Amino acid sequence: MTVTNAAPIVSTRFALDDGHTLDRYLATGGYEGLKAALAKAPSAVADEVKAASLLGRGGAGFPAGTKWGFCPPGVWPRYLVVNGDESEPGTYKDRLLMEKDPHQLIEGALIACYAIGAAQAFLYVRGEMALAQERLAQALNDAYAAGYIGTNILGSDLSVDIVLHWGAGAYIVGEETALIESLEGNRGMPRLKPPFFPAAKGLYLQPTVVNNVETLANLPWIVTNGGAKFAQLGAETSRGMRLFAVSGHVKQPGVYEVEFGVTTFRDLIYAPVYGGGIRDGHTLKAFIPGGASAPWFYEEHLDIPLEASAVGAAGSMLGSGAIVVMDDTTDAVKACWRVVRFFARESCGKCTPCREGTTWLEKVLRRILDGHGRPDDVALLLDVCDNISPGIAWPPKQTTICPLGPSAVSPIASAVVRFREEFVAYCGGTAESPVTINGKAYISQPGEVASV
Amino acid sequence: MARFTAENTILAREIITRYPRPKSALIPLLHLAQEQDGHVADDAMEHIAELIGITPAEVLGTCSFYEMFKREPVGNYLVNVCTNIACMLLGGEELLHHLEDRLGIKAGSTTPDGVFTIEDVECIAACTEAPCLQVNYRYFSNVTLDVADALIDDLRQGHRAHEVPRHGILARTRQLLPADRRAGNAVPGVAEEPVWLRTADTGAEAGA
Repeated sequence: MTVTNAAPIVSTRFALDDGHTLDRYLATGGYEGLKAALAKAPSAVADEVKAASLLGRGGAGFPAGTKWGFCPPGVWPRYLVVNGDESEPGTYKDRLLMEKDPHQLIEGALIACYAIGAAQAFLYVRGEMALAQERLAQALNDAYAAGYIGTNILGSDLSVDIVLHWGAGAYIVGEETALIESLEGNRGMPRLKPPFFPAAKGLYLQPTVVNNVETLANLPWIVTNGGAKFAQLGAETSRGMRLFAVSGHVKQPGVYEVEFGVTTFRDLIYAPVYGGGIRDGHTLKAFIPGGASAPWFYEEHLDIPLEASAVGAAGSMLGSGAIVVMDDTTDAVKACWRVVRFFARESCGKCTPCREGTTWLEKVLRRILDGHGRPDDVALLLDVCDNISPGIAWPPKQTTICPLGPSAVSPIASAVVRFREEFVAYCGGTAESPVTINGKAYISQPGEVASV
Repeated sequence: MARFTAENTILAREIITRYPRPKSALIPLLHLAQEQDGHVADDAMEHIAELIGITPAEVLGTCSFYEMFKREPVGNYLVNVCTNIACMLLGGEELLHHLEDRLGIKAGSTTPDGVFTIEDVECIAACTEAPCLQVNYRYFSNVTLDVADALIDDLRQGHRAHEVPRHGILARTRQLLPADRRAGNAVPGVAEEPVWLRTADTGAEAGA
């Protein structure tokens, strides 16, 4: 076990009853990062973030400093959009950051606005998170009254409004171009990229930086302590600390801030200070390493560190920091169906492979579960997957504007390969039944999806 | 039902001024309509269209995309039971079915007395406290069947009114943008390079 003693960065006020108040925030070092930032040139603040090697915490893991640098020079205004539309199944950290420490997020957003030259910021909170909306509204009101937001912040030249905005129930709006569409008052459908990379053409087709809540929450610490100090934490490719949510069949489900890239899945699931192991009397069957979109992992993957490239090399993704643990009581077909149903329900309907594909995957899985599976159904599932994402490879090939459709392929490709006999048994076959359709073999040998 | 009241019309106009372009206020105004009436009424959508300067069809086009907007009345208490993967593993489906049996309705429908609506929803970001549900978007965690029964009794008797406002009311605290502190909207075609970048550039040149 490599449980490190590194101190938390963004979750320091989680245990406080009043960590969301301005008084407590100021009493625990609040807004010192903003003051430190205002004492520097904006470019120097951006340099600190680059030096920190802070990776975006929303799921894609793109370096935050680099993302800021994509704004074309001389094009004004620029906007900052805070992505608080957390809804990836299993993911559960941005809500805590917004409810328990809203000022930390506001301070991070102000630092980002100062560094990138954003004259207005929009804080997009998921619609279903009423408490987060209340806490942020109160925090914004208090911060305005105290001179931390608005015109000439703390007597400086920085003048920026932060507008609280919330969604109305749509997972896809977490995708940054869909979020921008939603913020413009439209249906939340992703935009085609290129040309609509938000940094170049985002909100109102102006340069727009969309940053995740946790990403921004790290900024006060980085500016106060220096990017170099942040970069001393974690692995070479994954600096700092990061929040991970461990849920499912573990003894101590929870959200833990751990040293990024150093801690392993085994640590997070089994260490007494984290997940505490599988519930008594049971063993690990599978776990989802990075939100519902991620291919599943198993016992042999436990010693992989929580680091993007290592997880990627092993065939999955670290994603949004959500680990869902399934023990030996789990019905793989049912778990697979439930994840696929999520994508079927949340498809925005813009691209045919996703809209039709996820819907049919869900229907076929449902009939298998209901005992009406046909002999060819397992192969049919893979055939539909192959149409959504040709080759059923990892990382997935995309036939759609955003990755939602191909994400629905992940749980099927995982579960059918690993737990083929469970699927076949539902369909009335035997473990030896070939998985074929129209004479083509989808599974040529155990553990392998044949290319089609 | 209704167009905005006089008070809400003033609030709606103020919300529109927060955005560089009025249509950005569409979702906030749909929430305001739902807060006023418990659902989004047709008349409210027409009023929103007038206030923003778009067509009612555009308002409906956006409204119908988002599942939180109810275009028909729902119960005073909207009970959203999560059955996504983390909750499913720990009894989310059993919880849903228990509530369906208890209230005598299927997910997606409302009790005849108009008190409860049940929905079977996707992940609500409380996975480590599974199984969980929301009532009017207020969280209830680690909900055993006994806890669920007690919650339904409490809600029916009005004992939870302080923590669970009626359907339509989300945040009970509104953001205020004080006129004397507002920096103002950054409007495309109008806004120039922010002054703090210009002063920083000058400072850097002076120091160089």
